[in-house]
Amino acid sequence: MTATARLEMRNIGKEYYGNRVLKGVSFTLGTGRVLSLVGENGAGKSTLMNILFGMPVIHATGGFDGEIRLDGEKVVIKSPEEAMKLGIGMVHQEFMLLPGFSITENIKLNRETTKSSFLSRLFGKSMKWLDMPAMKHDARESMDAIGLGIDEMLPVKGLPVGHMQFVEIARELDKKNIRLLVLDEPTAVLTENDAEKLLEAMRILTDKGISILFISHRLDEVMKASDKIVVLRDGEQIAETTPSETTIEKIAELMVGRKIESGEMRGRPVSSIRDEYILQIKDLHVAMPGESVKGVTLDVKQGEILGIGGLAGQGKIGIPNGIMGLFPSSGDVLKNGLPVRLNDARFALDNGMAFVSEDRRGTGLLLDDSIEFNIVATATQIQGKYMTQGKIRILDSKGMGKYAQQLIKELDIRCTGPSQLTRRLSGGNQQKVCIARAITLAPNLLFVSEPTRGIDIGAKKLILDHLVKLNRENGLTIIMTSSELAELRSICDRIAIVYQGKLEGILLPADSDRDFGLMMAGEYHKFHEKEAV
Amino acid sequence: MGNSLLNRIGIPRLIISLFLAFLVASAFSYGLPMGQIFGAMLTRFGMNALLVLAMIPTIQAGAGPNFGLPFGIICGLIGATLAIELDLRDFTALFFAIGVSVPLGAFAGWLYGLLLNRVKGQEMTVGTYMGFSIVSLMCIFWLMAPYTSPEMVWPYGGDGLRVTVVLDGRMEQLLDKLWSFTIGTVRIPTGLLVVTAICCVLLWIFMKTRTGLAMSIVGSNPRFAEASGLNVNKYRLIASVISCAMGAAGIVIYSQSYGFIQLYQAPLYMALYSVSAILIGGASLQRATITQALIGTFLFNALLVIALPVANVAMDSDISEIMRVIISNGIILYALTRKEVGGDAR
Repeated sequence: MTATARLEMRNIGKEYYGNRVLKGVSFTLGTGRVLSLVGENGAGKSTLMNILFGMPVIHATGGFDGEIRLDGEKVVIKSPEEAMKLGIGMVHQEFMLLPGFSITENIKLNRETTKSSFLSRLFGKSMKWLDMPAMKHDARESMDAIGLGIDEMLPVKGLPVGHMQFVEIARELDKKNIRLLVLDEPTAVLTENDAEKLLEAMRILTDKGISILFISHRLDEVMKASDKIVVLRDGEQIAETTPSETTIEKIAELMVGRKIESGEMRGRPVSSIRDEYILQIKDLHVAMPGESVKGVTLDVKQGEILGIGGLAGQGKIGIPNGIMGLFPSSGDVLKNGLPVRLNDARFALDNGMAFVSEDRRGTGLLLDDSIEFNIVATATQIQGKYMTQGKIRILDSKGMGKYAQQLIKELDIRCTGPSQLTRRLSGGNQQKVCIARAITLAPNLLFVSEPTRGIDIGAKKLILDHLVKLNRENGLTIIMTSSELAELRSICDRIAIVYQGKLEGILLPADSDRDFGLMMAGEYHKFHEKEAV
Repeated sequence: MGNSLLNRIGIPRLIISLFLAFLVASAFSYGLPMGQIFGAMLTRFGMNALLVLAMIPTIQAGAGPNFGLPFGIICGLIGATLAIELDLRDFTALFFAIGVSVPLGAFAGWLYGLLLNRVKGQEMTVGTYMGFSIVSLMCIFWLMAPYTSPEMVWPYGGDGLRVTVVLDGRMEQLLDKLWSFTIGTVRIPTGLLVVTAICCVLLWIFMKTRTGLAMSIVGSNPRFAEASGLNVNKYRLIASVISCAMGAAGIVIYSQSYGFIQLYQAPLYMALYSVSAILIGGASLQRATITQALIGTFLFNALLVIALPVANVAMDSDISEIMRVIISNGIILYALTRKEVGGDAR
């Protein structure tokens, strides 16, 4: 290692509202080297990057512990502007480009080369003209450096995503003082071919002495591109290693880790659940932005709790949303042997399916209505429940209140009473209202999406326990989608892992961490093929 | 506790109520005929109530206050003028006018609803200009329509209706006088208030039916509604139909109490008065209740009734109309700048 490292993170810690999300992360990154950060969703990668960039969210929540050194010098980064001044560049997962502008204009945005004009002499700097030839020249230089051979005056709108990614990198490269470049899942949206090119471009950058912090879920790329790999899990630095010292499967195992004791797994042996299928999904495609499903085939057994896992953006959330008619979908789905009409929410609800959406506040609740009305709203419409009898049927306020009271007790919804607005409830209690609404429909198949996202531990446990209770006592089949593998493993009988919109495989809760890690990274089959050979 | 009470009433309502109380006190001290003033307050309340209640369906269905109300109002005016053209009198005239206006208004509301479903998010602007356009278009109709009743066409002969048609002896104050009695010097327009009460009860029942509930779910959260298998556009359409039909019936009741049918440009700003009334009552652009509509109608109209005589005595000039414009536009402006959802959110 050289005398002083380009970037040194020392003992970085961060707490959000008493919740420790980063615990003593330390690493160094040499000049012209690539360091990869890997970890599951929620492992602390984004928080770490937010700290490095001085994002307002960090300072608004009480700052962080530890120190950052850049080329041996201690730096205090209070805002993204300061980070840029220090020569730290970032390429985001979502493109930050102006579609109507040309590539050159995007690359030079807010750093335009200008020349004085008649107006600028009168009115000052802001009236200077753009020096287009010089700008084009600079843009060309940066683009050539990373091997992007297209015309620098093309509008960004309509470029293939791969090229947009390269434009972003060219923009960072054009900042002459750039020392450290952060690539946040740059290959997530790229085809394999483009991803290959990107790795090529990274090599060109490191040859110029730029250091790269690389964040990716694709472990094969991480192995290929990095000089050093840091594995994070639950905010802790689990390992620091190099590609030559490790293997993909080892990283996968480290990422997932044993967060759960086998005693906590409540799944039943596969043999105890008969091979009767309540739902048969064949070649399901769902056009849900950011979570698209591209041909999933999956059978769900009557009476089981099936988990659907996978990293964010791989399409696991698209499956329930598609079947419940919330996003355009195609494919063949059979419920109890009869075809399900897709793209028709009413049909799904009429046929005994209910859904607890991952988008609690957006789709799951009427925020400005009472708890009691939220609970019965769908049932009044679909089944005419909680309406008075007679010619003119109106909402049965009494019956609704009584029923709501009962569910509030059963699910332990902490509130001032059934008439409280759901907007005022905490996340956990809002989630309980959503579940109450779904079970009011008396479904025989319940989809639950991210049931514990953003809620406290107490409510989490209660919700999971209640799901198990519904399953065991009422024989309700539950399909639970979650980003938290540990929670899937704690209550599911089987767990399907989705990768890039397709089913990667089905595992049992007790299967090894290694297998879960490999499946989530999409390496399971590649790896086992190799093993077989 | 005091704070939560203040939150419940809301600062704008508090200010307006205090202002109203101040005006009542000054009217009293100037020795104005209070009996007449209170009677007029009640009458104006009854006149306008249905037009303000007409805002509730569209607000609840998420299409915002119905700025396209003039569309419905014009249908009511057609009904009322037809009743005179056919030389009908008394309750026959009133029932005929309402009977014709309501289906016409419903049809207009259906057309208007189709338009609203294409311009989601801009209902208010589009509705306002839609109302303006229809009013102007109907000016041609009033001029060209083959009415012949001498009570309505221009006295100097020829085609076209007058700007105001007098209802004297036709249905002037029909409801106001029904079962009317006086307490002290205040005349109570019993019939008018009873009709208003009936309308409130019917609307309340409707909003509690499955269709009414669906409408309010659609307005509260369209994503939720879709996930509950509801057709969002269908319920917005129903809301628009009901709102415009109510507007049509509302203007007939308004006209009989007023004693005149006002044609041409008169319906132009009617929607704005109703919108400001319901907003004064504490409704938001997303949620409105019948109570809020009634409170708002009373505050808004009571203020107008009393402001004129007080201003006349105090300042020797007629600023009542200016007051009305300032208040109605001011309140709309206030409501539009409020970001939060629901009258009492946070």
